[in-house]
Amino acid sequence: MVFEYAFFQNAIMAGVLAAIACGIIGSYVVVKRLVFISGGISHAAFGGIGLGLFLGYNPLLVAILFSVFSSSILGIISRKAYQREDTLIGAMWAIGMAFGIFMIYQTPGYVPDLASYLFGNILTVSRQDIFIMLILNIIIGIVVFSRYNEFLAFSFDEEFSEVTNVPVMKTYIILLSLVALTVVILVSVVGIILAMALLTLPAATASLFTNSLKKMIILSLIMGIIYMLLGIGISFLLDQPSGATIVLISGVSYLILLGIKSLILKNN
Amino acid sequence: MKNIVKIENLSYDYGDHRVLEDINLKVYEDDFLGIIGPNGGGKSTLLKLILGLLVPTQGKIYLFNKSPKEGREFVGYVPQYTLVDRNFPINVEQVVLSGRINHTDFLKRYSEKDRKISNKAMEIMGIQDLSKIQIGKLSGGQLQRVLIARALSTEPRLLLLDEPTSNIDVQAETDFYDFLHELSEKMAIILVTHDTGAISSHVKSIACINKTLHYHGEKNIPPKVFEKLYGCPIELIGHGIPHRVLKEHDD
Repeated sequence: MVFEYAFFQNAIMAGVLAAIACGIIGSYVVVKRLVFISGGISHAAFGGIGLGLFLGYNPLLVAILFSVFSSSILGIISRKAYQREDTLIGAMWAIGMAFGIFMIYQTPGYVPDLASYLFGNILTVSRQDIFIMLILNIIIGIVVFSRYNEFLAFSFDEEFSEVTNVPVMKTYIILLSLVALTVVILVSVVGIILAMALLTLPAATASLFTNSLKKMIILSLIMGIIYMLLGIGISFLLDQPSGATIVLISGVSYLILLGIKSLILKNN
Repeated sequence: MKNIVKIENLSYDYGDHRVLEDINLKVYEDDFLGIIGPNGGGKSTLLKLILGLLVPTQGKIYLFNKSPKEGREFVGYVPQYTLVDRNFPINVEQVVLSGRINHTDFLKRYSEKDRKISNKAMEIMGIQDLSKIQIGKLSGGQLQRVLIARALSTEPRLLLLDEPTSNIDVQAETDFYDFLHELSEKMAIILVTHDTGAISSHVKSIACINKTLHYHGEKNIPPKVFEKLYGCPIELIGHGIPHRVLKEHDD
């Protein structure tokens, strides 16, 4: 049986861990409308991967530091810039990617398959990667659990939160840093380029069925696990790329459910 | 009588554009002040400056004799309800409770006392029955009451309302001003609006704002002032609304 192979067990564990992080953080990305800035964060993370490969460290570990740093910078400039916030995010997006490619080009000797960082390859996830993903999930879980009401108030009405002396800039940067950690978790599963899909699709699916943020988080976590397991299974059986298969299943499921819901609403 | 807001020689530039110029204003603890002016006249900017969300280009603002950032803990802010994201997955109770967020413990949990205070605020606004309803399912008037309840749950000594009567029908507007009148016995109120209809007969004092500010104390505004503010004559008489006349601006 395929389940006996270590690589397959690792793939399942990585998929589930990624789904948990996406369920929690993706819900905030969707309700707080952070989709575009999350795109910037995830692409800038590629700079960290390139730097890690160049320095000869685990690229995921370097990507953690790099993307938390770049998401903080993004957070600050997006709040301090009075206009053209999207232009600045787009610039960081491209600079991060370009820096990653540049560093990889500078790296002497053999460079592992670039495509596996861009598009993910869940079947090559190592035990060390899984350990990193587990730690990041624990950090995300603790931060969100201990600040739940503050995140809710902040996400719903940032201006009012500021008037009630919530440290809004700090909260915003913490939230973006958690997005950065989630992106790092997603790198080995679906890759940098497809990370956006899993940050948004499970949460968007969940939002079709609930009006409570707490339920949305739990439901999108469950949807994410289902998408992951289906995607990994199908990609393995049909010998297709795992990241793309997972994203296609998530995207198509979301669109079908959205269509069904619209039809039901129309008929009522 | 103690003044709770004191604004001295305040100017504010947005980029190269001067939005507010040389504003002077004092608000006392039993005031019910209406600030009226056209869209783009700097009303919302003035509110944001009072709340410490913006920093003055020139001049000083004192809120409860402190800086706006320190004094705003005594202010209940009611933003324009038309700007609220109604798709947000949050219910009425959670919105009202969020007025207590800076009283929470290290895990940001609300205490029994917080719940009592926010329940009282919902009771005052008559929205207890809606507490578990997601905000997208409320009418405009209900949503506005939710935002006022959230402001009341901060236990404010000053209530600041931004365009509270936009998109509300005349009857609801009259009821709303009657309600504010009751509230004004317990706290100071400042509201800004571009709506010149019912406001003048319900508030205690009026200031006109359009880049500069003219304070009219307790009397009424002549039509000429409105012409100057809005660039055209405005009908000041509404059905059932007593009509007041204010002194002309000095300059």
